[in-house]
Amino acid sequence: MNYFTEEHNQFRNSLRDFLQKEVVPFVDEWEKVGNPPRSIWKKFGDMGYFGLRFSEKHGGLNLDFFYDVILLEELSKINSAGTSAAIGAHTYLSLSHLNNAGSEEQKEKYLKAGIAGDLFGSLAISEPFGGSDVASMRTTAVTDGSEWVINGSKTFITNGVLSDYLIISAKTEPELKQAGISLFVIDRDTAGLSATKLDKLGWRASDTAEMAFTDMRVPANALLGQENQGFYYIMQQFALERLVMAIGGVAGSEYALQYGLNYMREREAFGRPLTKFQELRHRVAQLAAEIEQQKQFVYYLCDRFTKGEYIVKEAAMAKLLATQLCDKTTFEVVQFLGGYGYMEDYQASRMWRDSRLGQIGGGTSEIMKEIIAKMAIDEIKYD
Amino acid sequence: MFTEEHKIFRQGLRDFLDREVMPNIDQWEEEQRMPKDLWPKFGEMGYFGLNYPEKYGGIDADFMYSVIFMEEISKCESGGFMILPAVQQYMSSPYIYKHGSEFLKEKYLTKVISGEWIACIGISEPGAGSDVANIQTKAIKDGDHYVVNGSKTFITNGVYGDFVVAVVKTDPAMGAAGVSLLIIDLNSEGVTRNKLKKLGWHASDTAELHFDNVKVPAENLIGDEGQGFYYLMGGLQLERLTGSIAGYASCEWAIKYTLQYMSERHAFGRSINKFQVLRHRMAQLISEVEASKQFVYHCCRMHNAGEYIVKECSMAKLLTSELAEKVMTQCLQSFGGYGFMEEYKMARAYRDCRVGTIGGGSSEIMREIIAKMVIDDTSYQRAGSVPSSPKSEPVEAPKTETTTNTNDKKSVMSFEAIESAIKGKAAAAKPLGNTLKFNFGEQNVMLNGLGDANVVTTNDATEAQCTVDVAMEDLTSMLKGDLNPMNAFMSGKIKVKGDMSVAMKLGSIMG
Repeated sequence: MNYFTEEHNQFRNSLRDFLQKEVVPFVDEWEKVGNPPRSIWKKFGDMGYFGLRFSEKHGGLNLDFFYDVILLEELSKINSAGTSAAIGAHTYLSLSHLNNAGSEEQKEKYLKAGIAGDLFGSLAISEPFGGSDVASMRTTAVTDGSEWVINGSKTFITNGVLSDYLIISAKTEPELKQAGISLFVIDRDTAGLSATKLDKLGWRASDTAEMAFTDMRVPANALLGQENQGFYYIMQQFALERLVMAIGGVAGSEYALQYGLNYMREREAFGRPLTKFQELRHRVAQLAAEIEQQKQFVYYLCDRFTKGEYIVKEAAMAKLLATQLCDKTTFEVVQFLGGYGYMEDYQASRMWRDSRLGQIGGGTSEIMKEIIAKMAIDEIKYD
Repeated sequence: MFTEEHKIFRQGLRDFLDREVMPNIDQWEEEQRMPKDLWPKFGEMGYFGLNYPEKYGGIDADFMYSVIFMEEISKCESGGFMILPAVQQYMSSPYIYKHGSEFLKEKYLTKVISGEWIACIGISEPGAGSDVANIQTKAIKDGDHYVVNGSKTFITNGVYGDFVVAVVKTDPAMGAAGVSLLIIDLNSEGVTRNKLKKLGWHASDTAELHFDNVKVPAENLIGDEGQGFYYLMGGLQLERLTGSIAGYASCEWAIKYTLQYMSERHAFGRSINKFQVLRHRMAQLISEVEASKQFVYHCCRMHNAGEYIVKECSMAKLLTSELAEKVMTQCLQSFGGYGFMEEYKMARAYRDCRVGTIGGGSSEIMREIIAKMVIDDTSYQRAGSVPSSPKSEPVEAPKTETTTNTNDKKSVMSFEAIESAIKGKAAAAKPLGNTLKFNFGEQNVMLNGLGDANVVTTNDATEAQCTVDVAMEDLTSMLKGDLNPMNAFMSGKIKVKGDMSVAMKLGSIMG
């Protein structure tokens, strides 16, 4: 089944041109600096890339989800997952929540500007003492007159230092546990907000923050959607987030294997190119097969997602398998390159360390298996 | 993917299997054979002619009916049972249907579809399996018949079956080009059959066949002499695809069977499906099986649409058979000691799956095929669309590293020929709007499309907006349409310097 039309392919070509011109030549520098420059957001916004699936009313293009699939695939082939993460966190995390639960006023202010690339955002859910265990969240928001007063902390937040605004979660009814969580949209210059940049294994071109909220006062209209519906809103985005990770995992694997193959064709040992050694050939074949299978599985799910079908279990499966595969593939590609695989002069080392986050972010592999086990063994259904 | 009609068909089939097959499986496994009168019942239901024309007794349904058929027979707790109908319908008789004469279809295919006769496919020999070009069984023409001498081994259905579609050399001096397919009646004089004992698939009979001056009528030749290898290459895709269905479907059965056991079995005061390690292990397997199944469905849709999918079938066969081993091993572990006992069906599933990575081309052969297609850009054509003498090395017969390198055999156009070909293409294409240089190292061809027409010059020293470094042999392939410029770029065969967007227009020139 072919999911891509001629228009999709043209879009992919022009996107590739754009990335080759505006992104690829600079990623090495961004990896060193630790984030892409401010100007990149506007460039993506001008091309319409942040608004592919959003309505025209807010400056979006109202296109089908396979345009986003293409964007995610190509972003996985620029050899800087940190850059992709910065871009991805803005559109697939922050903008998705604004579009899903935001008031018209919030959409005008943040979604529109976010699609245009004038503002960029981040999503802050994880805390030092609770990641996937959302119920144990400690950040609180209490009303004081017409304002909310927020106290607590967040960590591992992509774009958390530099973004213009943040979507955060806080308990508005702590005794209700997860049913007492609400979402807020917060401006960067809000008093009481502080963020520090974390140093990390990979994804070095994106800024990842730990942040603290100290008596941070925000107006009543900072509440995103309805009070105490935050957990529900977060759940609603899970399928999309996991598909995003799965698409990235497959495309990252594909890119890594292609890179490894290109190297193997040129590199000679014992008088012949590495592509002539049967052992290496079989390992390439195995990876190629696994990648093709995984890719078709993810496409099939994207297609169902496009049709609005319920794919909570399958999206968890795809995220689990695709990120595992990316670790396996990038590990092998480093091996194919031998000593050069370990050197920063070649791209394999960055691919390998960048891949490692796949099995951790967006719900760990263990959390994915918990979900799958509950749905497949206990026959629990999440709505 | 499955319509309401498909679902009704599945239900009817399931009822049939539950009635005619399931109660007897244990006995057939014990006796190591299945009763001959079982198969006409399949024939009567149309189960052996799902994709064959009504003219021969088939029901001419779409391939998804075959997917359902394979899925359900793979869930009967016996790989030995599953393989007989699979060989009958998907691995032997398709050669008669696709390439056989009307006479052979009337005589043999109708009997296969009715279930009166059981068919087998004879490829492997004691000295050659996947290396088909090297088979030794000879069929020498003598007037109106062939005289066959040689042996075949690992032949499913060979002990109690009625005829074999045998792979023979009609021209022993040739390699792959001397291979033909011949129908040999197994009751013919000079045929001896030995039943082989084996690790699993106990309900199925597996034979070693010997042919000692067996006289076979000349009209039993399938298609043309010397074409057997190509027929086989085409047929093996269907064999691998149906094998892939058996792979994931048996995994689905095992997972269901295991989850049932885990919900009933208690340890340390709770059912063992509450233990996190076991739950996560099952979650991993369930995910892998689902991904695998969807990939096979994808391949089935392509097959149903008439596409020739050598790479995908090889990938699917490789992954599903290896997955089945993993699933059976880990599911059996969940049964503890009971997994080792014949009282539960896991022991049988475990031994039955072991042949998956061996039969129908081993995992190693699958990886050889995939490697050639992915690394060397080799492509395989459907039988009938290839010249009568084999041009490239057979898929199944990798001999030495050097002969498998297709690049070595590519014809390379001369510089002058390339120049003239580019001129021709450039004249036909719209002005490029840019300058583009093909650089072969010492020499280059420059295309200037800034004006009203594309002007082609050679060995131009001025710099182009975009320079494409390419080997002459790869450009030859591109000019001939054998190599897609985008693929060439992605695979590193062309290297682009300067403005990328100009290189993106390569397709319009090469097209």
